[in-house]
Amino acid sequence: MKPQEYQQLVRENQPPRRTWRNVILAFVVGGSFSLIGQIVLDFVSGVERTTDEASAITLAIMILIGAVLTGLGIYDEIAEIGGAGAAVPITGFSNTVTAAAMEFRREGFILGMGAKMFVIAGPVLVYGILSGFLVALIKSVVLGYF
Amino acid sequence: MATRRVGGQTIFFEDLPKLVSAHTIVGKNEGQGPYSEYFDEILEDDLLGQPTAEKAERQILQQAVEQALSKYGLVPKDIQYYVSGDLLNQVISAVFSARNLAIPFLGIFSACGTFAQSLGLGSILLHGGFASKVLVATSSHYQTAERQYRYPIELNIQHRPTNQHTVTGAGACVLSADGEGPKITHVTFGRIVDMGLKDPNDMGSAMAPAAFDTLEKHLKDIECSPDHYDLILTGDLGRQGFKMLKIIAEKKGLALGTNLQDGGVLIYGEDPKYGAGASGAACSAVMTLGYGLSLLREGKIRRLLLVGTGALLNQLTVQQGDSIPTIAHAVAIEA
Repeated sequence: MKPQEYQQLVRENQPPRRTWRNVILAFVVGGSFSLIGQIVLDFVSGVERTTDEASAITLAIMILIGAVLTGLGIYDEIAEIGGAGAAVPITGFSNTVTAAAMEFRREGFILGMGAKMFVIAGPVLVYGILSGFLVALIKSVVLGYF
Repeated sequence: MATRRVGGQTIFFEDLPKLVSAHTIVGKNEGQGPYSEYFDEILEDDLLGQPTAEKAERQILQQAVEQALSKYGLVPKDIQYYVSGDLLNQVISAVFSARNLAIPFLGIFSACGTFAQSLGLGSILLHGGFASKVLVATSSHYQTAERQYRYPIELNIQHRPTNQHTVTGAGACVLSADGEGPKITHVTFGRIVDMGLKDPNDMGSAMAPAAFDTLEKHLKDIECSPDHYDLILTGDLGRQGFKMLKIIAEKKGLALGTNLQDGGVLIYGEDPKYGAGASGAACSAVMTLGYGLSLLREGKIRRLLLVGTGALLNQLTVQQGDSIPTIAHAVAIEA
């Protein structure tokens, strides 16, 4: 059997991707995190004076929730069901940092946890900052700031 | 000098090496599966109170080795060679498990096919007259394998149905030139087979052609049909790989019956939590030494063929876009 033939055979016989089920579950799980975020924001807005302050505190609380759920070993179970619904919200970002920190703690605080904490989250930061810069640059050019 | 080869790839033994003693240890999850009664020891804590999973894995391996020896009233100095391997870089669990034994050590690697390879090599050492007793063991651990091959344990990953779950556990056995026990009759070491598959989330499909290649060669070499064996146990193809093996066999006109089973499919049962089933160097070790050996000893089967399968990938080759080379070694065991 030629490799190409076999690859075709494997493609034909792989379990079907449950796209609709995954999309719906991701919507429900991601939506739930967003709902919790909204409740927190509404609550915090009653205490803080500006929207900026309120959203900053909300983000901090959501990050804390993500980290605690990761520490308790629950977040990966939620992600198993929710997929991108658990990965995309800021709780998911918190999970990637916390999970790596927990995993590499065993190699010490400096070369383990310190060095590898952003091993998963790193690309998000790098390309997030890069794309933010590019968008700002385009906006500046289009609006004629230069 | 007469060679002990038959056909193109198979070797046979005249003074049959015997499996005189064996011990299997599995983790908590494996202990909850349908085959738990066949394992000697089930861990309550996969970490055994150790600070790291790596330390836990080597302790599991060490315990399996100690038990396999003491069950037959042996001490390390009765053994001439310790042949062992695991999934970690530099087969480090095996190395540490050999540290206290103070006997000649051969560390080997065929990923999840390591156990079959070590049984084969151990038998050759015995049959060549280079040893009277050889100790053979392999281990794997879910947590150590995840971090080396994949991601941190607690990371938000949605596993695919083709993903496999590394078995936590170890199997150890003593091969002896004399004594009583199931005997090793033939060994067929496999070739590297690479069908160009690149998906590390579907190692079963990648390994199936290797399993078929070795199985077909073995049967051809000994001039037998698959029903010569009461049980053909592939190591850890999982549901997906097992399905692919049957498809390949059908296409190639090899009739495989219900005597074909797969350690990776069996060990966790139908639980979808484990994706396509089990994998890991310990998977074929505990299934052969636990399940297979029990059937042989109780006389439920007479001939067992272990086809230990291994996907020889690492994180770098996957990230660099390489395909997954695979291998399978076959070992025939007779009651």
